[in-house]
Amino acid sequence: MVASRASKIDSLRSTVDLLKLPLVLSTRSISERKSQLGGGGGARKAGPPPPPPPPPPPPPATRDNMDNESQYSGYSYKSSHSRTSRKHRDRRERHRSKSRDSSSRGDKSVTIQAPGEPLLDAESTRGDDRDDNWGETTTVVTGTSVDSVSNEDLTRVSKDLEESVPLRCTRFAGPVLGGCLSLFALLTPLAFLVLPQALWREALDPCGTPCEGLYVSLAFKLLVLLISSWALFLRPARSALPRFFVFRCLLMVLVFLFVASYWLFYGVRVLEPRERDYRGIVEYAASLVDALLFIQYLALVLLEVRHLQPAFCLKVVRSTDGVSRFYNVGHLSIQRASVWVLDHYYTDFPVYNPALLNLPKSILSKKMTGFKVYSLDESSTNNSTGQSRAMIAAAARRRDNSHNEFYYEEAEMDRRVRKRKARLVVAVEEAFTHIKRLHDDEVAASPKHPREVMDPREAAQAIFAPMARAMQKYLRTTRQQPFHSMESILSHLQFCITHNMSPKAFLERYLSPGPTMQYQRESDRGRQWTLVSEEPVTSALRQSLVFSLRRLDFALVVTVTPLPFLRIGEEFIDPKSHKFVMRLQSETSV
Amino acid sequence: MSFIPGQPVTAVVQRVEIQKLCEGDHLILGFSIGGGMDQDPVQNPYSEDKTDKGIYVTRVTPQGPAEKAGLMMGDKIMQVNGWDMTMVTHDQARKRLTKKKEDVVRLLVTRKSLEEAVKHSMCGYPKQ
Repeated sequence: MVASRASKIDSLRSTVDLLKLPLVLSTRSISERKSQLGGGGGARKAGPPPPPPPPPPPPPATRDNMDNESQYSGYSYKSSHSRTSRKHRDRRERHRSKSRDSSSRGDKSVTIQAPGEPLLDAESTRGDDRDDNWGETTTVVTGTSVDSVSNEDLTRVSKDLEESVPLRCTRFAGPVLGGCLSLFALLTPLAFLVLPQALWREALDPCGTPCEGLYVSLAFKLLVLLISSWALFLRPARSALPRFFVFRCLLMVLVFLFVASYWLFYGVRVLEPRERDYRGIVEYAASLVDALLFIQYLALVLLEVRHLQPAFCLKVVRSTDGVSRFYNVGHLSIQRASVWVLDHYYTDFPVYNPALLNLPKSILSKKMTGFKVYSLDESSTNNSTGQSRAMIAAAARRRDNSHNEFYYEEAEMDRRVRKRKARLVVAVEEAFTHIKRLHDDEVAASPKHPREVMDPREAAQAIFAPMARAMQKYLRTTRQQPFHSMESILSHLQFCITHNMSPKAFLERYLSPGPTMQYQRESDRGRQWTLVSEEPVTSALRQSLVFSLRRLDFALVVTVTPLPFLRIGEEFIDPKSHKFVMRLQSETSV
Repeated sequence: MSFIPGQPVTAVVQRVEIQKLCEGDHLILGFSIGGGMDQDPVQNPYSEDKTDKGIYVTRVTPQGPAEKAGLMMGDKIMQVNGWDMTMVTHDQARKRLTKKKEDVVRLLVTRKSLEEAVKHSMCGYPKQ
């Protein structure tokens, strides 16, 4: 009995503790505490059974709880209202709390959960490292330990692997096949002539002067065929296309059929019955050579001449920085047009510099941070598009001054570049005045002042030192330093000295970004480009066709428009009809 | 004094009647004209609108019949004896003014001061 009384006292004590809590607390929490405290209060709690354990409050909401506790006043699970009305009330409460939140913060927001992935991708963070390297102090930024391979190294290695494409043997299949076929076709007339002589010489009719005349013409025609084949077709292929070259295949098939049919006829009509009219055979061989010449003419027209007359205008835009050019091409298939475009890309487009692309992060990031948004509802992952759209709309409504910063940043950047450029130009000019060319007829100076005679390399090294710092700073400001190593600068300087170039000529390479060809390495095995097109790549160019040529980090988008039809009229002006009068203000007295 | 092509021209004009003076065997009026459809309107010092190709009085001989009649330098001649002078060539204008058979010419001339005077007088009266 004492024990029961003790337990009663204990339970009473717990009740007293509860009552010490501030009255502003909801009944829910009181009831929750009561249920948590266990069965001691169970006997006294009459009425509704203990509520189910309430869900743990979401972590961000707990932070909100501190200032908005009154919102829980409606959340009385213990109330006698039905569950549906409770749900409605919950929703209403939540809505009201949301509006209250927004009004307290003063900006219009909807609940959006903080995005899981970073808003800016890894590329721009790497740009950040490069930004840090700008300054005077060379701080080495390593995000990795000594043993691991950093992200930049990995991409560089993979890029190198991509660049050195292994020599693929399928590249040579087409030319080899064509070579065999043409050799076969060239040797056929000779075979036609030689075979009867070899096999049944005695039975042949003697064939005098006309045959010899035919031999001469045959010989010369074969020579012309040989030379023109060498000139037109025996060239190293400069590109490996994804699909067959339709015209070339067509021509090879034609040649093959032609020669095969000639052989068939020859075999059936000459070899079988052992034809005795040798002159006829020689004429037959001559006609084959004529036909081959005509096929070569056809090949010349189809492969070389047809695409010379311009018919389409291609607009080529680089996808990363918007550099664009317009070119006129003739009737080509998509793959041949892409080869043409790439030829011109390497000489016309300024080199792709990824460091110059993005707005500095300081400008972009301002947009994201001034704007806090909380989510009061965890199960909102399925509403992400709506939320992001709402966020974008809210950001657009906000008054945004980042264009201002962009303008000033650009102006500042221009000023800095010009300052460095001025220093560089002065340094280079001064450096070039230190050396002068020694002519052959100049006698070496008197032994009192012996001059050291240097070769270009040493001269370059001698004058490089004073301009090195200015050059390095300039390259770093214009983000060109990955393209020019010290070795390349020295060899360029040597080259300029050897050819008597002025300092300005030396600097033209660095003051403006040159075409991509300028930065090629000689040991390239070939550049890998991917042709992306909705149409089959052997189809011909036509109006409003779009295809793109993709590389690892950028793409060239090509749009095709036909050139307009020009209607040119004529107007004849008689040379004697050019007459002029002075405009007068004459005065007449009346 | 500018005009809009296609719209009727309105101007405040003054009637000037000049008696031709007989001098030798010519009849003279005593002033000089400038301008015309075939002339360069930019060089006209008297016109307000430099595209105006009308006939302007460039000089008035002192004590001549024109001065006596009240013609002033810088006037634009709108009509001569009923004939229009706003769209004529210089030679046509000269011919109209120097017809041997007529010895009096009635001109309608306009000048800026006329317009201003009318405007001033109209301002005095309230609009009815």
